[in-house]
Amino acid sequence: MLVYLLRRIAQSVFVALAMMVIVFFGIYMIGNPVDILISPDATPREIEETMARFGFDQPIHIQFFTFVGNALQGDLGRSFVHGESAVTLILHYMPATLELAALGLFFSILIGVPLGVYAGYKSDRWQGRAIMTGSIFGFSLPNFWVGMLLILIFAVELRWLPSTGRGDTVEVLGIRLSIFSENGLQYMILPALTLALYKASLVTRLARAGTQEALVQDYVKFARAKGVSETRILFVHVLKNIMIPIVTVLGLELGSMIAFAVVTETVFAWPGMGKLLIDSILTLDRPVIVAYLMMTVLIFIVINLVVDIVYTILDPRVRLTGGST
Amino acid sequence: MTGMPAPEPSRGWSADSLPWLLAGLMGVSTLALVAGPGWSSLPARVLLLLGFIALAAHLLRGKGRQFFNGPVAYLAAGSLLLLVVLALFASEIAPQNPYDLRQLDIMDGRLPPGSTTFDGAMTYRLGTDEQGRDILSGILYGLRVSLSVAIVATLVAMAIGIVVGIYAAWAGGRTEAILMRLVDLQLSFPSILVALMLMAAFGRGLDKVVIALIIVQWAYYARTVRGTALSEARKEYIDAARGLGLPVRRIIFRHLLPNCIPPLLVISTVQIANTIVLESSLSFLGVGVPITRPSLGLLIANGYDYMLSGQYWMSMYPGVALLAIVASINLVGDRLRDTLNPRLRR
Repeated sequence: MLVYLLRRIAQSVFVALAMMVIVFFGIYMIGNPVDILISPDATPREIEETMARFGFDQPIHIQFFTFVGNALQGDLGRSFVHGESAVTLILHYMPATLELAALGLFFSILIGVPLGVYAGYKSDRWQGRAIMTGSIFGFSLPNFWVGMLLILIFAVELRWLPSTGRGDTVEVLGIRLSIFSENGLQYMILPALTLALYKASLVTRLARAGTQEALVQDYVKFARAKGVSETRILFVHVLKNIMIPIVTVLGLELGSMIAFAVVTETVFAWPGMGKLLIDSILTLDRPVIVAYLMMTVLIFIVINLVVDIVYTILDPRVRLTGGST
Repeated sequence: MTGMPAPEPSRGWSADSLPWLLAGLMGVSTLALVAGPGWSSLPARVLLLLGFIALAAHLLRGKGRQFFNGPVAYLAAGSLLLLVVLALFASEIAPQNPYDLRQLDIMDGRLPPGSTTFDGAMTYRLGTDEQGRDILSGILYGLRVSLSVAIVATLVAMAIGIVVGIYAAWAGGRTEAILMRLVDLQLSFPSILVALMLMAAFGRGLDKVVIALIIVQWAYYARTVRGTALSEARKEYIDAARGLGLPVRRIIFRHLLPNCIPPLLVISTVQIANTIVLESSLSFLGVGVPITRPSLGLLIANGYDYMLSGQYWMSMYPGVALLAIVASINLVGDRLRDTLNPRLRR
């Protein structure tokens, strides 16, 4: 067990380092950031000074070692545009993304579970088939398209909810969150719904499969024999048994919620780290792109590591084959 | 070689070589079309359409009734065919060439649907964008960009995935372990994130989008093919082919490969829709196709700024086209899976 664990952690460290190399060289191949930092009519002397200040005059491998050395100390460079430390900048934008992802997960359970349980209950009837066909749409519709439609309906036509931006925020433990203020929550509903749609279809399918399996179990027959109402059987007995796999899968999907937030945040002009990434790509703000990618990669590596370890504890067979899949 | 035919399951190679030939032809002509000048060649496009129909007919041979089990299947297949025809013959159907600046009139900018040109020569059925481009023409050309990018990326990724997957399955040992760890690694990140990373490094461009989409997808096919190949390799017809003393190359290409591909075709149908979505998301974010060759995603992004002021048509109609193509491919793919591959049913 310990050997497996150590090997798995070593693998993760190796992956993190490999990603560092790929991200650094990938990002540093693009464009010349000096062009956007200095006005076109700058003197050659000014250009040289700026290059030296940001270290661009060094050969690329020296730049890389400086980058790795700094990265290991938690310093991923300063933003060209904001003039702030890239890590600080991302940490500043991160709470907005995390609260959006959290509300999105909540919505996906709220929408997906009842639909899935009902589709499983009526799996041979038209209701069940309609829900399953609908979930194909949930899987296949582009995130930004759904967001656009929601804005058009609820913000432009009906004027029920605000369209873009982030509303009031409340400071909780030093972090500014809008989930706790009524006005802020209004701004969150549409983006969170957009983010939730894909996961909601996933949950619907999981819940349907689980319900179909659970309905033929003995405990359901026993409950029916006792005369428990169908609603109670579905939403108490069956639900308790299907929630564990659903919650596990959603935990795994938290990482991809953060990735998908890039699109949703752009549509709703939500000031999270995804919007920051897109703005940085468009302005060639390399340190921020690198820092975002490194931090996201780190989040994913940690999630995958935790999942693997949990699976190893739950299922010893994984250890024997030595792989994670 | 012995004169005895190798015992194979019902799908014999010789009878099946036609659709592969067609698929290859389609791939090549799509590549030629994407490369640019080919679009002006009408025969190439007619050939592509015929290949598309022939491949579909071949896939569904003898199973038509099973596939068309209700109105949804007819609707999806019909609209898919219609959209493919519209994309292929956009230059003949569209009332305007949106790439030709001489045909545009800036005075006609942001006209609502149903407006006519200043001289009344043409009606903008779906309105115009801020540069006076006809939205309907933009959609037809955009559909062409979206579809061709997705199809080329999917076909190439599938080819790479097949090679890597079969190689890994056949080589085994350390090679297989390394390749599959690489696949695991890539698949542990969401495709949108990987694509964004690549586009951030590449910069925008039609060829760059295609390359990024190939890199995003190959691992998925490699994993599927390896799994199929491993389970097929254990079957008796491979043992029989080995027993006959056939060379490894022949066993792989003539026996193993043809039996690994049918399940892949079903997956790749749905995968084309996913690729369209991914490409349109990238283009919407401004890191996808270039402004000179707008796909549906970029058209939506262009009109998005005006949507909040009530000028909905610039984003809405390209959005409807995107919905139609993605939904019809997905519904057709879903039916295909149920018809051809009941095992894979979700």
